[in-house]
Amino acid sequence: MNSSELLSVVTFIYGISAFLYVASWVFKKQTPAKIAKWAGILAVAANLAGFILRWVESYRLGIGHAPLSNMYESLVFFAMTIGVIYLFIEQRYHSAIIGVFSMPIAFLAMAYASLSPSVSDRIQPLIPALKSNWLIAHVITCFFGYAAFAVAFGISILYLMKQKGTDEKSGLRSHLPGAGFLDELTHRMVLFGFLFLTIGIITGAVWANSAWGTYWSWDPKETWSLITWFIYATLLHARMMRGWHGKKIAYLSIIGFVAVLFTYFGVNYLPGLHSYGAS
Amino acid sequence: MKNKNQIWKFFVSVKLTVVLLLSLAATSIIGTVIPQNESPEAYFRTYGAFLYRLFDLLNIFDMYHSWWFQLLLILLILNIVICSIDRLAATWKIIFPKETSFKPERFRKLADNEVFTSSKTPEELKDDFAGVVARDFGKSRIEKTETGFCIFAEKWRWTRLGVYIVHLSVIFMIVGAIIGSIFGFNGFVAIPEGETVSQIHLRNSNAMQQLAFSIRCDDFDVSFYKNGAPKEFRSSLTILQNDKEVLKKDVIVNDPLRYAGINIFQSSYGELRPEQPAPQAFSTDDIHLNFSIASSGMVYKRKAEIGKPIVIPEGNGQFVLMAFQPSAEFMGQNIGEALVGILTPPGGEPVQVLLPIHFPNFDKMRRGQVVISVVPPHDHTTVPANPAEKRYYTGLQVTKDPGVWVVYFGFMVMIAGIVITFFMSHQRLCVEVAQQGKKTQIMVAGTANKNKLGMEKKLQKIARHLSEKE
Repeated sequence: MNSSELLSVVTFIYGISAFLYVASWVFKKQTPAKIAKWAGILAVAANLAGFILRWVESYRLGIGHAPLSNMYESLVFFAMTIGVIYLFIEQRYHSAIIGVFSMPIAFLAMAYASLSPSVSDRIQPLIPALKSNWLIAHVITCFFGYAAFAVAFGISILYLMKQKGTDEKSGLRSHLPGAGFLDELTHRMVLFGFLFLTIGIITGAVWANSAWGTYWSWDPKETWSLITWFIYATLLHARMMRGWHGKKIAYLSIIGFVAVLFTYFGVNYLPGLHSYGAS
Repeated sequence: MKNKNQIWKFFVSVKLTVVLLLSLAATSIIGTVIPQNESPEAYFRTYGAFLYRLFDLLNIFDMYHSWWFQLLLILLILNIVICSIDRLAATWKIIFPKETSFKPERFRKLADNEVFTSSKTPEELKDDFAGVVARDFGKSRIEKTETGFCIFAEKWRWTRLGVYIVHLSVIFMIVGAIIGSIFGFNGFVAIPEGETVSQIHLRNSNAMQQLAFSIRCDDFDVSFYKNGAPKEFRSSLTILQNDKEVLKKDVIVNDPLRYAGINIFQSSYGELRPEQPAPQAFSTDDIHLNFSIASSGMVYKRKAEIGKPIVIPEGNGQFVLMAFQPSAEFMGQNIGEALVGILTPPGGEPVQVLLPIHFPNFDKMRRGQVVISVVPPHDHTTVPANPAEKRYYTGLQVTKDPGVWVVYFGFMVMIAGIVITFFMSHQRLCVEVAQQGKKTQIMVAGTANKNKLGMEKKLQKIARHLSEKE
């Protein structure tokens, strides 16, 4: 089995895990969530195996490089980081229900990688601009940031659903974790994401300076990462200094994640230097 | 004085921070949608007379350097500096108080304290408990009470400075950027193989910059992978000082040459025609274009007129010549006379194509199905160039930025500051041990200035460890 086939299976397992989390929530049963967690662990393990296998395959092809060089490879890594971060917080806070919106994002990322005709799963050699030790540091930190923001986004949606139904005792909202807990968890995820986004932008700047001779050139991808940074910086200042919490923070976290998505995908439709991320 | 207070009040507000950050985020979008620093003609064609004039007035075409964008940045800097100064005094008092005092009553009132009982006496528990507290907090202080004792401990008081460290890092970056823009430059130069230059073109003006040394390009080499993607661009360069060779290095992308504070980067390349003919005046009345079709390998020659569409053979769409530019630029590099046209592939989006008259292989870089080149005016028959005589020029980016280390220092300070601000907090702990009849009651309470959820967990853990000692 080659890495692409293995990663297609991974997509399927993420799908099962996501489905079971949602089922556990809708039918108010604990068992599916437990199975979902194990499916999630299996998916992440297989995802990692696929990632390593692809790395090995590239060396067999004589064009060895870390599989972080194009859209397909970044989506595979993105799904893995979401899985890892989500499972970590489930373990730490003993709350399975927050997976309702996190696992589906990992599944969608893998499904897009495996199924979209515009995303090629061919292993391609590195073009001169990407041949740098900064590639690994830059991509890994950026994607840990993106993944933390994705999980924060998932929790914010849960929070807003919880808020809507505080007066209704029945329904899907009643057995969600406490609103205060969700609010605090969103904040923790944003802190984590912000640190990694910052390191990601900085490693990118240092790399740009050694490749193009300038650490900042207002290229659309750079600019959009800065826009994302500004939005989360707003969230953090509003919360820490003005005491914003709850709905306002949830909305800012959602807007921030939209900016993340645009930085990741949308920028490929704009002209600029980062074009190798596109296909 | 009253006026001064008004200004101070304006800049000290976090509301202003939120407004400025969101304004910067929103306005930054403009420059990613409208390509920056292109030629006025290109903008005029795209947006028409009215929008062109409006955008030009607002500096939209170079918005990140416009007065209003810079003003937003300056306001943000003032906001950061004034907010930090305003709050630092209060923080300083907390970090370096005249005397530190602990009051058990304050800890007893806290909501999340952990309470349990033990059958041992306070004296028996004392040393073990002090050990558990010391494991996490280091130093601690034990005070006797009427019924037992209290252990007080605290750590990371100084982390309250974290946020000021982050703000300071922004100032470092700004200062570094200003040093770079005043004392540095950013330019480019094209050197044909075997030739030497000592002057470069500056990027943001048409001025030339004299270097204190000369650069010779000994050799340029480009290699490709089997799939046609470029593998490596390599320029073998020699630095000459007073005609003496002082440094030799092969420069590739991601591995620049650095000499005397000047950085030389591999940026682009091109092919020169064998025994370069003297450039002739180009006549727009007599333009011939070659269309090479990638799939069939065929080359078709067609006469072209500005504004008149040409149907490309083998069903490869159509091409319209738009304009002649006597001095065209590509990636900031002057490539001389060029034609600009619009290529519409079958079923695809129209793309703008640049055709430098003296670089017939230029359009290959686009990696399109059709490669278009201008037939040189003196020679309308297509003679394939002899590969043995191929001669290249290398395009180098040449920069000087003495501020870069200040910016890098700012980068490191920012990362350290964020870790401190987000993940370390000033924590205070109080373990109160009190004899109550035959039993001993133990209370574990504490505060943290950040991450209350984490502190709660920590208190539970310490209480668990303490109860194990019992």
